[in-house]
Amino acid sequence: MKKPPAIKESTARGLNPFRGEQAAQLVPQARLAGPMPWVIAIMIALTVVAAAGGLALSNMADSARAEIAGGATVQILEPSLTERERQVIAAEAALAEDPVVASIRRVPDEELDALLEPWLGVGADNEAVPVPALIDVRLREDATESTLNRLRGILANAAPAARMDAQSSWLGPVFSAIQSLKWLAAALAVLLGITSAAAVWLAARSALGTNQDTIEVVHLLGGTDRQIARIFERSIGFDATLGGAVGLAIGVAVVVVLGRQFVALGSGMVSGGGLGWLDWVLIAMVPIAGVLVAMLTARLTVLAALRRML
Amino acid sequence: MSDAESDGVTFDNVGLRYGTDREILQDVSFTLHPGSFYFLTGASGAGKTSLLKLLYLAQRPSRGAIRMFGTDIITMPRNRLPAFRRRLGVVFQDFRLVPHLSAFDNVALPLRVSGVREADLRKPVGDMLDWVGLSDRIDAHPATLSGGEQQRVAIARAVIGRPDMLVADEPTGNVDPEMALKLLRLFESLNRLGTTVVVATHDVHLLKKVPESLIMRLDKGKLSDPTGALRYPPRASGGNS
Repeated sequence: MKKPPAIKESTARGLNPFRGEQAAQLVPQARLAGPMPWVIAIMIALTVVAAAGGLALSNMADSARAEIAGGATVQILEPSLTERERQVIAAEAALAEDPVVASIRRVPDEELDALLEPWLGVGADNEAVPVPALIDVRLREDATESTLNRLRGILANAAPAARMDAQSSWLGPVFSAIQSLKWLAAALAVLLGITSAAAVWLAARSALGTNQDTIEVVHLLGGTDRQIARIFERSIGFDATLGGAVGLAIGVAVVVVLGRQFVALGSGMVSGGGLGWLDWVLIAMVPIAGVLVAMLTARLTVLAALRRML
Repeated sequence: MSDAESDGVTFDNVGLRYGTDREILQDVSFTLHPGSFYFLTGASGAGKTSLLKLLYLAQRPSRGAIRMFGTDIITMPRNRLPAFRRRLGVVFQDFRLVPHLSAFDNVALPLRVSGVREADLRKPVGDMLDWVGLSDRIDAHPATLSGGEQQRVAIARAVIGRPDMLVADEPTGNVDPEMALKLLRLFESLNRLGTTVVVATHDVHLLKKVPESLIMRLDKGKLSDPTGALRYPPRASGGNS
């Protein structure tokens, strides 16, 4: 009888890595035919939209805050048209002399009429419904309470009917709402990240169950936990990369379309909510972070399951 | 410490139970000497497969001590077990071939797990498949192989790495007598190269085919050792029995 074959000497029994295509083929890959890449794609797309929304809101708030930080409005609350005009001129003159004031602009009556038109209608009688005169003041520094108090003191002599307020105080509730929306978007992105990790955990558990026999065989042939975990990590990583790319494309498309619609609104505040290059870099990091979270989750899930075996 | 204790396998008062059931194995003590050939026999349900599971490190005993290749297996950290498993070859009763891998890839699996380079494993895996008569089924998947062919692939996978100990559970159950004899000769060849061989079988005819083999008989979880060849601790030389 022919002598049975055997490899030259005893097989190398070091713990060399078992990786690459040969290792990957132990776990059959469904690729885009399986649900995993699509689940990850949806999660990444939603996270991209949420992250872009949060960043846009943040930019909008920063832009608006910078714009109105040094802004103040003077109202001349005087029913008599003549006296109102006199106090407006006096107030403008007094403010113009102060070094902290950068510019003064009286809001034209036509602009005021246009602002009040929805409430008072066209051609409202200025005598019957006296409208205060408005002066838009730009300061060289932030409109702090101490600066405003000093300017109020100056105005008190020149225009007793004048009332001066910082523009930021009127928009405080708006900023507060924007801030809340920003945090909401951030929380949404984190929740979606956790949901993605949970989906990957379920997928890894499912893959473990489906491939239980294969895992046991590799385990009993001397495969280490890390070798087996790496096979699943690679498999899930591939699915996550596919899903992440598709999700990023969908998310960016949605953000671009929404961005164009907001720009078309032509609102001054909304136009400050555009995304800068750093924002786009952060958005591009979402699928990368997704892939890393997916691979880490897969590794930890598989290692935890393997530890239950001898 | 004797050679058997340093290089072989010793079981000392080993017991095994699953959960709160009765013990499957009771007070099992024996020594497997390096390079020896053993048959493990016993009726169905006697505990043969459970004993083999302890031997191929798929299970820890409920009590007792096991030493393998000079190391206490019971207290060994879990992360050291893979290195020991690589010194073992196992033929499972149900073959346990990876269904989506070809015959070649199934046989190559232990070598790949051990880190053997692709270039170094092509020839030995091809030769091994040729030797078990499957050179024409090298790319076939298990589902397309007959029971006997699957068993031969399983055996080729177990012996390809020239293990220090080969553990086979009914390895000739699904093959014709001619192939059974051929496989037994393969085990003997490995045994002559120094591999300890343990074959569980209920085929009494097989036992006669390897005259120099020792027989371990399990009966309701207890090991009978009529010849004393398996005695552990070993009898002191010159002492009384």
